[in-house]
Parts: sequence; structure tokens; C-alpha cells
Amino acid sequence: MAETTGFDFAKNIRQALGDQQLRKNFKFAMGSMIQKRRLVFADEEEFEQLRAIGQAIRTRALAKLPELLAQLEARCTANGIQVHWAETTEEANATVLEIMQRHGATRMVKGKSMVSEEMHLNHFLEARGIAVTETDLGEFIIQLAGETPSHIIVPAIHKNKEQIARLFHEKIPDTPYTEKVEELNAIARRTLRQRFFDGQVGLSGVNMAVAETGTLCLVENEGNGRMCTTVPPVHIAVMGLEKVVEKLSDVPPLLRLLTGSATGQLITTYFNMITSPRRPGEKDGPLEVHLVILDNGRSRILTDPQFRQTLQCIRCGTCLNHCPVYTRIGGHAFGHVYPGPIGEILTPQMEGLQEAGVLATASSLCNACEAVCPVKIPIPGLIRELRNASYTATPTGRVPGEGFKRNLPETLAWKAWEKVNRTPALNAVVTRLAGLLGDKAPRLGPLKIWSRYRTPPRVARRSLHAMTRAQGVDNE
Amino acid sequence: MSDTARENILRKLAAAQRPAQIPETGALPIAALCQAEKIEQLKHFMEAVRGEVHVVKKDGWIARLQDLLRPRALKTLLYGPATPLGKALAAGWPPEDPGLPRLVPYAASLEDFKSDLFQLDAGITGTLGAIAENGALILWPTPEEPRLISLVPPIHIALVDARNIYCNFADALTAGAWKANMPTNALLISGPSKTADIELTLAFGVHGPREVLVLVLEA
Repeated sequence: MAETTGFDFAKNIRQALGDQQLRKNFKFAMGSMIQKRRLVFADEEEFEQLRAIGQAIRTRALAKLPELLAQLEARCTANGIQVHWAETTEEANATVLEIMQRHGATRMVKGKSMVSEEMHLNHFLEARGIAVTETDLGEFIIQLAGETPSHIIVPAIHKNKEQIARLFHEKIPDTPYTEKVEELNAIARRTLRQRFFDGQVGLSGVNMAVAETGTLCLVENEGNGRMCTTVPPVHIAVMGLEKVVEKLSDVPPLLRLLTGSATGQLITTYFNMITSPRRPGEKDGPLEVHLVILDNGRSRILTDPQFRQTLQCIRCGTCLNHCPVYTRIGGHAFGHVYPGPIGEILTPQMEGLQEAGVLATASSLCNACEAVCPVKIPIPGLIRELRNASYTATPTGRVPGEGFKRNLPETLAWKAWEKVNRTPALNAVVTRLAGLLGDKAPRLGPLKIWSRYRTPPRVARRSLHAMTRAQGVDNE
Repeated sequence: MSDTARENILRKLAAAQRPAQIPETGALPIAALCQAEKIEQLKHFMEAVRGEVHVVKKDGWIARLQDLLRPRALKTLLYGPATPLGKALAAGWPPEDPGLPRLVPYAASLEDFKSDLFQLDAGITGTLGAIAENGALILWPTPEEPRLISLVPPIHIALVDARNIYCNFADALTAGAWKANMPTNALLISGPSKTADIELTLAFGVHGPREVLVLVLEA
């Protein structure tokens, strides 16, 4: 659960930077994921072609979003999948609970789903007496630890095997302490097999939903996703409404981009395409399949011609791996469900600038995220737009909380700056004064903070104008 | 509640301004491979993720399968008795050979079969084919060959007809006219179940099969 109140980003960052173990874990993991991705996209030219295709598919899907969602609903319904719509996470949670209650179900097995994290679904269901088991190994680990994912692809990446060994030993009955990864996996396999067997409802996310066929696609390596969507009698899939694609032929290029970017794999172990519940005569598979389509602010994001690009995202997480800030502070410091560069643009738009606008400050604008994004989202550009939006309110209101940082001293300072730069005589005087007094000015306020770890620049005694003039360059 | 939600969401989405133009979706060129090359690529990619691939003559696969299973000392092998594969298997399987697993048919619905299913050692399925470009098997489970054969037992054995290996996924979608015929569940499987969730250390057989044995059948 994200701390939505009292979120102190600066404090989180200080803590994370001081945690040597955490920094070591992330440095190693991110470095290794970067390497793997590089190998699978070794052909630069092909990769550029491929991501142009990915961008085109996602742009086209967003351009036709209402029609595609209606088509998806119609196709799914015709196939026997029950479709539910939710404007808010509260509505989505209520829908899931209602389905569980209708079946008198108290045990849920869950595949990995970031949307369910966004809904804080586990917390919601557990408070209502439902036992929820995360079955993706990484998610299982952090559920045992009572934590949230620190990465959208490898959720327990902040933990090393010693920490996991201790956790299993303490939290799973009759489990000896072992640091052998094979044995830790075997413990998880044994524990979770029983949960799959007993599960009454399986919940999953959706990586892509194909409008023309009404097919839900799921990408995974472990097989827990297939278990959750095949063994229990009821399957509930939750998706953000942007996850729809138009055609089946859109799937192969996006799949390649997704697995290559996320884990450096040509393809995951399983690509699971679900088009209906169990049909007459079939012996297994859920008897009911439900699809919950969640908005939670996405329809508003779509209305802005710039910010809508945020919705192109396929949640591969490669922008996290390549981000120098994320790599140093990890996911938890961001204090919200989606960390890293994508979280820096997505979260403030979902939760408002007042609550989460500060996330957009955690970027050096180095552009690594944009360079690797498989669907070419201009993340640094959008980060800058959000930073500006924190100071400037627009008539139409692009983002909730616009202009919340606007304040008199800064407004006056910029007004003065503008005046000085637009008035040549004033400019000349101020430049002269800066040359004479600049280095002697007291370092107060922001300048004091800024110069705590940085060498303040020395102000030249003579301006560039003056120097060039002295060299005989005619000022036109 | 949900009707209003639906209307509200679709109305908001419809009100959003649309981009003036939508870029053309290009396509990557498909490398045309001959059958031998496709088999070679499939083998290469599957073995890279610890799949086991054997190319065998069409009429010799049962004998080869027996050779592969003897050293593994399995007790049970799950299969779909009503498929051509299942019938051939049952016909060619010695009834009482202690060195070979006993054949167990997936003949009842999951509700009646679940407890047994979770105890079995191996499962065998056919495939719709495979994909050379990424080394994945294509499975379309059927009433005769249910979904969980390839998931629950710790060993999955899959038969691939060499003529049905496609160059890439897009190729397979078109050739099989998937769009008009989507099954309940279509699967791509590229090897044994795996995870790297602990320190990015690769480990196999976390929830699905620990081993995937592929027999590529040549004429």
C-alpha cells in the first residue's frame, strides 16, 4: 500500500541512499537487466524498426480507444466472458468482492497484476475476510514480508537471498533456513501448489486485450499465471482501459518488444491467450471468466494531446532499469505503486500534482528512458511538462493540481528576470553589478541548499558582451 | 453501478480529441527458412532455455519416447485418450513394463480428476506447431486434450510435426487463420517453467513443468 498521506519523498530518498545493501542489490540487478536487454535487441536498426511499429500500434489503439473498448466488450460477451467497467479503484474492488461473494468464495490465488496493486486489492479483500495469495514468486516474497513491489517486473528485487531465506524460515511453517535459490524455489512451489489446488477464484492482470477477437493475453515465465487462470472455477482479469489493441496481428510485435524490454527474453516461457470460459465438452478451465476494465483517471489523461502518450505504456519496466535515479534509490522511495520514470509521469496524472507532482523532480533528464522505451514515450519531455504544470494553471486544466506550486516570491523573481532581460539598459546595469558583487552576495534560501554539495559558480567580472566588445567585435 | 460507469467512461473517451493522423503500422521482414533451418532454429532457442528437443522419424516416436522415459523412472504419464496421438500412444505402449510409466487418461472433468491430476509425474500433448523465430511451441488445448496436461505434471512431453514449424508468430497467426477460430485458450510455450525473482538467479520448474521434452516428427 502506497503511503498516500504524509509521503515525504526527500526523506525516502535520504534513507534509500543511506542503505548500502539496497543500493548494492539494485546496482547489480539493474546492470544485469540492461545487459540482457541489450543482447536481445543487438541489431540497432531492427530495434528501431520494431519500436516504430510498437509506437504505431499503441498510438492507433489510443486513437480508437472508445470504439475498441466497445468492440472488446462485445466480442468478450459473445465469447462468454462477463465484462465489468469501473471508473474508480473503489468500484473495481467492489466488483471483485461482489463476484467472490456471489460464489461464497473466501480464497483467492493471484497472478502478478500492477492494476491490482493500483487498486490495493489485497488490502481491501483481506479486510473483508478473504485470504489472498500472491503466487508469482517475487510477489509471494513481498506479500510474506508485508511489503509492496519495488519494481514492476521483478517485485522483490530489493531483497537478497539471505533476506528471503530468513523470511521463508520465519513465515512458512516447518521451513528450514536455506540460502540455496533452488531450494527456496522448491519451498515456494510446494506451498503454492496447495493454494492453486484449493483456490476458489483466480485473479490475473492483462498484458494486452485484443478487440477484434475478445482475447486476453498474459505474459509470464513461472506458470502461476496459467494456474490462476485455469485451475480455479472462476477467473477474474483486471485491466487498465489502455491495454486494448485493435488486431490479433498487433500482438506479435508488441509481445516481442515487451519480453525483450522487460527481461531480455525473445519470448517468455508462457504466452497465455484466453478467449472464453470453459466451453461445453471441455474438461478444465474456469467456468466463469470476468473482465474488469478500470479507468482510474486514464480517460482524463487521454484528453491531453501530449500527456496521452503516457497511455502508450506496455509496463515493461525497462525505463526503471535504465534510470540513474531509480537504480540508486529503488522503487519504494517513490512511495507509490508505479516507480521510476513511468511512475514519475503516470502517478502525478492519476493522483494529482499536489499529491505526487514531486515525483517528477526525481529525474536528471538524461533521456535514457526515452532512448530505450519500446513504444517511444517521450518521458523526459512529459516530466518537464509536469514540472511546468505545477507552476502554471491552464484554462482547461491539463492535470489535477495544476499551479499548486505557484507562489509570490518565485513569481516576482521571474517577473524581475523577464524585465531585466527585456530592457537593454537595465540588463547592462544588472550585468555590471553582478560582475562586481555576484561573488560577494550572501548564499541564502535555495542557493544555500543548492550550494551545500556543489561548488557555486564564480561570476565573471566582465560579461561576455563586454569582452567581445573589447576584442573589437562590432555589436552589429 | 457498472452501466453508469460504462457510459461515463466511454463518453469521456469519446470526447477526447483524436490525433490528426495515425502512423502506418509497418512490419518486419520475415526471413523465409526451409524446414531444416526451422528445425535447427527451434532446437537452438528451446535448448537455450533448457528445453530438450529430439528430431525423430514419424513412425519411431513411441520407441524413442520410451528410451527417453526409462532413465527418468516415472510412475505415471497423463494423456488425452481420444486424440490420434493418444490412440497411437495407447496402442504402442506395453501394458505391464515396470520400467515405463503407466498411462493415465484425462477422461473426467477437472472437478472429478483434480486430486489425481496433482499427483502425476508427466503429461504428453500434441501441438499445433511451433515457431522458429523464438523457439515456442503452439498449443491449442481441446476437449480431448485439456489445458492442464501441459501445466500440472512436472514433465511435459510435446510432439511437433516438422511441417508445422512457422518462421515467426505473425506467420503462424495467418497460416492457421487464428482470427476466425480463437480457441478457449491458445498457448505459446518456450520451455520449462522458470523464474529469476530471487537475485535474478535463474531457476527452473517453479510452478509449471520442470522439464519440457519435445519430439519433432519428420516424415
